[in-house]
Amino acid sequence: MTPAALAVQTRHLTRRFGAITAVRDLTLDIAQGEVFGLLGPNGSGKTTTIRMLCGLLEPSAGTAAIAGVEVTEAPDQIKERIGYMSQRFGLYEDLTVAENLDFYGGIYGLERAGRRGRIAEVVAFLGLDRRLGQLAGTLSGGWKQRLALACALMHRPAVLFLDEPTAGVDPAARRGFWRTIHALAREGTTIIVTTHYMDEAEQCGRLAMMSQGHLIALGTPAEVVAQVGGGGRSLEDAFVILQERDERRP
Amino acid sequence: MKRFGPMFRKEFVQMRRDRLTLGIMVGIPVIQLLLFGFAIQTDVRNIPTVVLDQSRTPESRDVIAAFQNTGNFRIVGQVNGRPELDAALARGVAQAGIVVPEDYPRELARGTTATIQVIVDASDPLSSQAALAAAAGVAQIRNLAILSAAAGHRTLPVEVRVRPRYNPGLRSPNYIVPGLVGVILTITMVLVTSMAIVRERERGTLEQLIVTPITRTELMLGKIAPYVGVGLVQMTTVLLLGRFVFDVPLTGNVPLLYGIALLFVVASLALGLFVSTLVRTQQQAMQASFFFVLPNILLSGFMFPRQAMPVVFQWLGALLPLTHFLQVLRGILLKGVGIAELWPQVGILAVFAAGLIVLAVRRFHKTLD
Repeated sequence: MTPAALAVQTRHLTRRFGAITAVRDLTLDIAQGEVFGLLGPNGSGKTTTIRMLCGLLEPSAGTAAIAGVEVTEAPDQIKERIGYMSQRFGLYEDLTVAENLDFYGGIYGLERAGRRGRIAEVVAFLGLDRRLGQLAGTLSGGWKQRLALACALMHRPAVLFLDEPTAGVDPAARRGFWRTIHALAREGTTIIVTTHYMDEAEQCGRLAMMSQGHLIALGTPAEVVAQVGGGGRSLEDAFVILQERDERRP
Repeated sequence: MKRFGPMFRKEFVQMRRDRLTLGIMVGIPVIQLLLFGFAIQTDVRNIPTVVLDQSRTPESRDVIAAFQNTGNFRIVGQVNGRPELDAALARGVAQAGIVVPEDYPRELARGTTATIQVIVDASDPLSSQAALAAAAGVAQIRNLAILSAAAGHRTLPVEVRVRPRYNPGLRSPNYIVPGLVGVILTITMVLVTSMAIVRERERGTLEQLIVTPITRTELMLGKIAPYVGVGLVQMTTVLLLGRFVFDVPLTGNVPLLYGIALLFVVASLALGLFVSTLVRTQQQAMQASFFFVLPNILLSGFMFPRQAMPVVFQWLGALLPLTHFLQVLRGILLKGVGIAELWPQVGILAVFAAGLIVLAVRRFHKTLD
């Protein structure tokens, strides 16, 4: 795999907040079209990692590149290529579904005609057509999540970052959401998703397990289970064992 | 600047849907104008006055009538003795007392100096000054009449004629209403935009904006642009109410006034944005803007003349855009002057507007920390 073919590449990526090191020495290679999961408990550094990759936070040390371009060196070029969906969805609740889509399309520089066509596409893709005139603030969690995803897809990003995308969303909507994610990946979009749900982690092609800001396991779900000896253990068992091992370490 | 349009449209739609803010923006000008316009009268008249007439002669009644005729003193009662007069002042029943001594007519007839005492409650400087000036006026007119009669003059040797230009009726609303345009714009423009960035931060949409390719300048300009229109509507409201309710003249070049107001509005909005980049919550933004409003009312020359202030405070006042805009407002509306007289103020306001936008854009970083 040549570096240019890598969607995301980090080398010794580190972020400190005062005396606390939120992410320590993280080195990852993520290929184009992968569904890559960042798994870990709250405070393990998942969100901080995603925020550094999106240019929301500056790394304290190390490097991160999207499609071979350094995040800190060409932030504007990066921003054209990535989509980001935060835990809080980042929707304007006093705007309608259609107005939110139109706004984000415009902010990503889509011209009027192209914007209209793209809105029609994402609306059809995510089934938002009957909600277009509704204020975003009055949508349920599942619909807010779909709208947030639609907004993040307006500019056809090559890499999509999803930070706990299914927090506060009911199980049926979660399942539908993951079908959508796999559809996007099949079209070549690289997906990087944080979660602490094991059933979601199982859906990922590869996983990075994090604890206390650093990597404790990396590989496909099956490989991660094999790291703790396999033997009919579940991914959750593997995660608990690895995390306890990490916390016992001096 | 292709992302300015979407930002502008979004802000405009949000502003239209925010009933409370819209209400504040329309309500503040009307309420402030009515309060200031009706309640604030700087020309003090009808000061409640008690009289201690120890002489009780035609001469004493004559001089008391002269005081009354100035219109500044309104006689509310007679008192018998000093303790009663002091008590009236202390209780606030009267703010002035006129004492005519027993020997007033005798001294007058004899040609020695006859004394009348005026006691003023100076705990309120504005009305006590008016009382002092009126009392001095009464004395002067009396003296002149007596002296010229004694000297056999039929005409006065010297007469000073004062012509109050630009506001011949010396009416308070003519002074207050144009100033109020500036004060209302300062309050609402700074308050509304100081919330602009923090609101997005609190609602989690700022994070989303930061990951988009929008530039800081597009973001800032798109945010303030819809409010420029609001500012001009507010100004029109106050000017029209001032014209038709308070009879304030619109003497000068009104289009020029709007042109200069545009600079002032942009400067105020940019200042609000700057505040928005300094604070973390909407509540802090509100407090910071109120903290800023007070010096504007006190130091700009809106109510108190700047010439009377110590030099340091005159300098501080010169740092406020409102100070310069007030000169423009009064210059155009009352004096009818044009760009030839006002270019220094226009230059200063342009520098404020440009400088504050640059400052706000610089302060805003496109990262979360």
